[in-house]
Amino acid sequence: MRAQRFQDALFHQTTRFFAFSVLAILAAILGSLLYGAWPAIKEFGFGFPFSAEWNPVTDKFGGLISVYGTLSTSLIALVVAIPVSFGIAVFLTELCPPALRSPLGVAVELLAAVPSIIYGMWGLFVFAPLFADYVQPALSLTLGNIPFVGTLFQGPKNGIGILSAGLILAVMVIPFIASVMRDVFEVVPGILKESAYGLGATTWEVVWNVVLPYTRVGVIGGVMLGLGRALGETMAVTFVIGNAHRISPSLYEAGNSIASTLANEFAEASSDLHVASLIELGLILFFVTFVVLALSKLLLMRLGRMEGEKT
Amino acid sequence: MQGFVRACSFVVALGGAAVVQAADITGAGATFPYPIYSKWAEAYKAKTNVGLNYQSIGSGGGIKQIKAKTVDFGASDMPLKAEELDKDGLVQFPAVIGGVVPVVNLDGVAPGSMKMTGALLADIYLGKIKKWNDPAIVALNAGVKLPDENITVVRRADGSGTTFLFTNYLSKVSVEWKDKVGMGTAVQWPEGVGGKGNEGVASYVQRIKGGIGYVEYAYAKKNKMIHLALKNKAGEFVQPDDLTFQAAAAYAEWNKVPGFGEILTEQPGKTSWPITGASFVLMHKVQADAAKGAEVLKFFDWAFKNGQKIAEELDYVALPAALVKQIDGAWRSSLKDASGHPVWK
Repeated sequence: MRAQRFQDALFHQTTRFFAFSVLAILAAILGSLLYGAWPAIKEFGFGFPFSAEWNPVTDKFGGLISVYGTLSTSLIALVVAIPVSFGIAVFLTELCPPALRSPLGVAVELLAAVPSIIYGMWGLFVFAPLFADYVQPALSLTLGNIPFVGTLFQGPKNGIGILSAGLILAVMVIPFIASVMRDVFEVVPGILKESAYGLGATTWEVVWNVVLPYTRVGVIGGVMLGLGRALGETMAVTFVIGNAHRISPSLYEAGNSIASTLANEFAEASSDLHVASLIELGLILFFVTFVVLALSKLLLMRLGRMEGEKT
Repeated sequence: MQGFVRACSFVVALGGAAVVQAADITGAGATFPYPIYSKWAEAYKAKTNVGLNYQSIGSGGGIKQIKAKTVDFGASDMPLKAEELDKDGLVQFPAVIGGVVPVVNLDGVAPGSMKMTGALLADIYLGKIKKWNDPAIVALNAGVKLPDENITVVRRADGSGTTFLFTNYLSKVSVEWKDKVGMGTAVQWPEGVGGKGNEGVASYVQRIKGGIGYVEYAYAKKNKMIHLALKNKAGEFVQPDDLTFQAAAAYAEWNKVPGFGEILTEQPGKTSWPITGASFVLMHKVQADAAKGAEVLKFFDWAFKNGQKIAEELDYVALPAALVKQIDGAWRSSLKDASGHPVWK
């Protein structure tokens, strides 16, 4: 009896230690980032994330360009990936013939296993030339003529830039979002769907009015998982984003994301302020990811409350 | 079992005394000389059984590592200033010479057939000249068919000694570049897309029609890229090759700058390639382990005297004999062990 109690206590302590070690590591990372970034924080103050300056010669640094690059490429990735993933998940769970279901499912999951550098090289050597020759001119001629939005699709057509990076990211996050969506769609009780079908609902109505509301939490979780990957993705973006410290109204122009700036410049940053500024960029990425996570939690909580009010 | 013992004793007999001596020397730094250092190291090891462990982590990293004394020597593509060398008690000497070459992607232009001046190159990189058929470029290139195409500027995204040489050259030939951008291993580029490493720039230029970039000579040659002929200080148009790099190195006044910190861009001489540069080695003035320090010097001494052929094969240029002599003198006078005796005798 006593031995069992001891065993339980030991188990309790061990698991608690593991759980708390995550907190400790997180705190240590945050601490070392703050410590490393301190010279830049002291020098540039709160203006750092809002300054578009990035000049290693004069030692003036700001994070706006990289933050903009990270957010814009991730946004493009989500805009493209969410509908596609939704389609994949719906097809796999509702419409797919059973014989095809598992090969297709495995294929989607395999996409997630491809190393990001492969996506980067594929993006630069295969995707970018085709994109430059066929898609970019076509987009310029069509979407490019819409007032206001049009400038987004005008510019140098060489297949490299914010838009290309966003599209490569979309391909990379689709498997994550799609497989989470598929998994949560599968747990919808058959009885709910069948009742809806029984009432004469179409497949679309069932998915939109029954499946999606039932799985909302899981779907948003999947999207956030994809967003998390898109925000921090380094290699693939570095290959196709063009690595230019510039903000331009055109999505065809080269830009820079936080991760690509770090990947490019960390090894050869010579001045201390340059290194500190790069670490501060890392800190900002940490912060952005945290905010995104917090927002998604908040969103889920509000959705949950609205649910409570309805019933 | 017996066979194993015999094999062991055979190996020991072969290695002999050299095995006892063989402490590998370690170095870290610039990526540009990495291929030649590793080739030299291979040949040197075959001869002396002393190996070299060189990590090509970049010039910035090399400088940090030698200052922290974690390696026997550091390597940098950008020479350190005299004050910085003194502050950290470092000795600097050049080890190998190479050139930076502007390359383009234009249909129907043969390598070396298109001419370019430094001022025009600066204007292109400043974004002032945007088309290949700009009158200024056309005027320089009678007989070359230049298309009505946009110029896409390609440059390095990472900090690099190649960029240092290139921007140093542009600063010398264009006042506007010097005022607006300046020089360094990384600068705030007014124009263009950035590739990571020489291979990144090379692949962007090869991919983008109308692209222009700058790469290490070896990369331009290996990838069969279309290089440009450049106008040098003497007003001649020259092609990049061993001879023109050597010419630039020959004109340099090495002993004028402390630590041989001569930058070989825009040197006089009719046959000098204007964007030439040396890669430097950094060592501590006071060698705590004198025997180790001597091993490093022995390696470079061997490389200077026997490594020219390997250098040529890899499209680097070995140091001129006169310079090697000066370096030898510097080793004798400035490298000391802990008790003040010279390391190199």
